Amino acid sequence: MWGFLGRRLALAALTIVAMSIVIFVLLRIAPGNIVDLLFQSAGLVDISEKQRLAHELLLDRPVAVQYLTWATAFVHGDLGKSFRYGLPAWQIIRPRIPITVELAILALAVSVAVGLPTGVVSATHQNTWLDYGLRIFSLAGLSMPAFWLGMVIIILLVRTFGWIPSMLYIAPWVDLRAHLLQFLFPALSAGYRSAALINRITRSSMLEVLREDYVRTGRAKGLAGRSVVYRHALKNALLPVVTVIGTEFAFLIGGLIVTETVFNLPGVARYLVEAILWRDYPVVQNLVMFIAIVVVLTNLTVDVLYARLDPRVRYA
Amino acid sequence: MKTSVVRFLRRQPLGSAGGVVMALVMLAAFAATAVSTDDPTRTNAAQTFQPPGRRHWLGTDHLGRDIYSRLVHGARVSLAVGLTTSALGGLLGGAVGIASGYERGVATAVIQPILDIMQGFPLLVLALVLTAALGPSLLTVIVAIAVPFVPRVARVVRATTLAIRESTYVEAAQALGASGLRVAVRHIVPNTLAPLIVLTTAQLGSAILVEAALSFLGLGVPEPYPSWGRMLSVSAAEFAQRAPWVVIFPGVAISVVVFASNLLGDSLRDFLDPRLRI
Repeated sequence: MWGFLGRRLALAALTIVAMSIVIFVLLRIAPGNIVDLLFQSAGLVDISEKQRLAHELLLDRPVAVQYLTWATAFVHGDLGKSFRYGLPAWQIIRPRIPITVELAILALAVSVAVGLPTGVVSATHQNTWLDYGLRIFSLAGLSMPAFWLGMVIIILLVRTFGWIPSMLYIAPWVDLRAHLLQFLFPALSAGYRSAALINRITRSSMLEVLREDYVRTGRAKGLAGRSVVYRHALKNALLPVVTVIGTEFAFLIGGLIVTETVFNLPGVARYLVEAILWRDYPVVQNLVMFIAIVVVLTNLTVDVLYARLDPRVRYA
Repeated sequence: MKTSVVRFLRRQPLGSAGGVVMALVMLAAFAATAVSTDDPTRTNAAQTFQPPGRRHWLGTDHLGRDIYSRLVHGARVSLAVGLTTSALGGLLGGAVGIASGYERGVATAVIQPILDIMQGFPLLVLALVLTAALGPSLLTVIVAIAVPFVPRVARVVRATTLAIRESTYVEAAQALGASGLRVAVRHIVPNTLAPLIVLTTAQLGSAILVEAALSFLGLGVPEPYPSWGRMLSVSAAEFAQRAPWVVIFPGVAISVVVFASNLLGDSLRDFLDPRLRI
């Protein structure tokens, strides 16, 4: 176990370093002089400012020095400075983190709460109308753009209930009910896709396990059908589902970017899009790095969890 | 070939329906000028926000442009992006997968870690970074969607290649003196086609979705081309209450096409390689 954990940790660290290089290089191949772009977006006019900006960005130093300076600062928690706001990026990002984390957790909760039971029912009722209905429901989830679903939800809410979701963020300590209502619909529209995927994996995994000998044994010795399905089969069918929940988390972040935009939630993901549109490159670079680390750590957790859940799993 | 198509149609009615829908949309996109009722770019200040009716089948948008005609022309962008990215990603991923599966050693030591790293990245975030780096254009969007697809294909193809490598017919070919290239082309490539076809079809749907998301965020295919995602972009959201049809129809178009390609992909998997888990 410890050897595996050590290797896995080393791989995660290596991945993060490699990702930082990829991100750094990608944003350096941007066409046009980055100073000119920042110069415009920061609304500066004085030419001497240009040289100061280039110097501040270390653009007059070798690329390796630029990279190492950035990496060192990042490790020390210095996320650089937003050129748009003229503020340290961390000051802008920090208040946004809880919003994105809450949305991500709620969306994941929705997707597991919907995807897992429907997947089990779909498998135990294979090739019945219930199964067909649930499969169409899940395929639809994989086919609808999350942002469009959000827009349709808003239209329906306004048309049928005359209720306009607040366009301003409501903190939970101000009005808990309004806060939860504000997060419910974004979580639903962002979580539907993941729910659909979890449903599919649960279904196929359950179908496989339900044909195993020990399930037949359970039935033969007279265990209640419910007990066989939930205590014996589901436990064994859960492994691939755990993996999918892990990899789906990466997709969920993508879904959050559009969902936060549609529902006007001031989260980290929406800030990334804003930074890209404003060409606030220092912020883009750090924010993407931040997301990369979150994703790598999630994958690491899933892998470790996987090894804990299934003693047979040992990665050589 | 002909018999397997007939067999597919008979055994997979849902997948065939998906295929028919895809074919119809492709036909409409190909003959967009012929099947549209209006110039998709012509604005008309007197005809803004017309509800769906006889003159404008699906209504008009905030500039009075005919939504039906824009949808038909937009299909070109969505399908062009979807088809080229899946073809590109499938070809590159297939080549990388076979190379790193067949020639272990250097290829594995260098290629595999890079693929693992790319794999761990959220598709949309990677696409966002690429568009940020290259600036929004049709080519950027295609590259941004195709590149993240490469490791996904490469992983599956590599696994298949590793299995085929150990098979007796490869051993026999090698014993007869076939070169590495000949074994790869004659024996390995044909056997990786099934997962490749399934993956590429599955990719079509997600490519269309990512293009829509990028365009929605204002980072997709730029203006003169009408694209489904752009029709849903942030400005459309402002008019959603006044003219819901502006928002509803492009989303329905995206969902129907992606649904059809998912149906087709699922059925192709069941038909070609039921054990494949994608």
